[in-house]
This record gives sequence, C-alpha cells and structure tokens, in this order.
Amino acid sequence: MNAPNPSGGVHHVSPATYWKVGGTLAVLTALEVAVVYIDALKPFLAFLLLLIGVIKFALVAMYFMHLKFDAPIFSRFFVGGIVLAIVLAVAVLAIVQHNRAAEALLRG
Amino acid sequence: MSHVGVERTATGVPNRKLGIWLFLASECMFFGALIATYLVYQGQSLVGPYPEDLFNIPLTTVSTFVLLMSSLAMVLAVSASQRQDMRGTRIWLGVTAGMGLIFLGFQAYEYAHFIQAGLTLSVNLFGSTFYVLTGIHGTHVLIGVVWLLSLLVHTLRPLDWSRRALDIEIAGLYWHFVDVVWIVIFTVIYLLGVGG
Repeated sequence: MNAPNPSGGVHHVSPATYWKVGGTLAVLTALEVAVVYIDALKPFLAFLLLLIGVIKFALVAMYFMHLKFDAPIFSRFFVGGIVLAIVLAVAVLAIVQHNRAAEALLRG
Repeated sequence: MSHVGVERTATGVPNRKLGIWLFLASECMFFGALIATYLVYQGQSLVGPYPEDLFNIPLTTVSTFVLLMSSLAMVLAVSASQRQDMRGTRIWLGVTAGMGLIFLGFQAYEYAHFIQAGLTLSVNLFGSTFYVLTGIHGTHVLIGVVWLLSLLVHTLRPLDWSRRALDIEIAGLYWHFVDVVWIVIFTVIYLLGVGG
C-alpha cells in the first residue's frame, strides 16, 4: 500500500516489507553472535562484526526511518551527524594514543 | 506535493520533522563522544572486574533482539497511523512500549548482576565509562517509553489524523535512533569487547 505521509511525500512501503526487514535484522543479529564463537573467524572478527553492524544500522535507517523514501534533506542531516561523530571519535582516540606514546617515550 | 492538513513551509518539509532530524544529528555526536570515551579507556582499568569477567553475551543478545523487534513494532504503528487504522496504531504503539520496558528490565537485571560482582560507577575506568554510556542510552529508552505511552493515551481522544500521524512518525524516528545507537553499542562494546 502507498501510505500518504504528512511530510508531503508517500512511503511506498508495505507492512510485509517491514516484516522482511525485521526478519533480516534478527538473522543478522544471530549471525553477529555466532561469528564471535567461531575460532576460525578470529582474524577477521572486527571486520565482520563492523560490517554486520553497518548493514543493520543502514537497514533501520533506510527502511524503518524511511530515509530511502523521504526528502533528501533528512539524509543529509543524519549522515552529517554521523560523519561528525566519527571524526570526533577518531580525533579523540588519535590524540590520546599520541599522548600515551609520548609519555611512554619520556619515561624511557 | 500537498495533502489536506499538511503545513506549508519554506523547506517543503514539516518544521517539526526537520527539528527532530536536527536533534538526532546532534545526538549522533553526543553518543559518538560517549562511545569514544569508552574506547579511550578500554583496557586501562587497574583493578577488576573487567568486561570479559562480566559480559553475558547470550542475555544481551536477547535484549538486543527485543529492542530490534520493538523498532519493527514502531514502524508498523507509523504505517497503521498513516493508513488511519486506529486499532492497529494502538496495538503496535503498546507493543513497542512494552518491548521497551522489557529491554529496560534486562538492563536492570544486568546492572544488578554487575553491582553484585563488584562493578560500581567508581571502582574502575570500565565501570565509569560503561555505566555512563549504557545508563544514558537506557534513559533515552525510558523517555521513549513515556513518549509512546502518552501517544497511546492521546489516540483514545478524537483524532486529527494528519497531525497525529506526524506525531507518531516523529516519536518513531526517535525510537529507531535509540535502536541504531544500541546496534553500535552491542557491536563495539559487547561483541568486540569479548571477542576482539
């Protein structure tokens, strides 16, 4: 069904699609946990977990938050916030790592 | 594109919806700072208990599943409100709030277990950063539950559907945001904390 949206647009999403996305999220969560307990995947663990996490995040943002169908200005705001958050986190981690390395060097 | 009851704005989108997205963008930076703080102090605790001693991944997986499914219930409530399906809107709003309360119950159980094991806010850096991060997230969930229950009460009164549907959509955006933040916390703090 094409549901009229008060923002002036139309969400071309049926409840069946939402159920499919919900099912996919449940499967991805199970997969995420399984990956942690498989020893053979240890070398790629961080990459795999982050990949699955990003897919889950994107599914919720695109389908449940309707960013895929809504006005592009909302996506720009949200992506802008995420990019700034990542830059902030990387900067803080880099500064602290640098300070710790400098302190270790001074201590000899 | 215009519909009956839709406000006209310079941006072409409702100001309230624009406002919630700006708020969520600022919340990204807020939680980004909290997660970065946790990561900066990860492995720096001089005394225990440590994350690997305490984290119960199967339990947290269940609570994560509950929160993810609450997001599904929320989007079904939004969908029902846009179809002007009053009964469906009420049912799914109630289910979403109920799942939010179950998630908070899991968090309370986890905190009780951690405190019993000796992890307090001030015992070590892990305790400080973990409780601040997950406590602020839990507070967001609690605010969301109160918001959803108040919307549920509002739907019992005569409705202006165009306005009510937007109210529910805005609450839904907040709820989904709380969900995506938990997706990050579960992956980075719990799973990478135990397996990484």
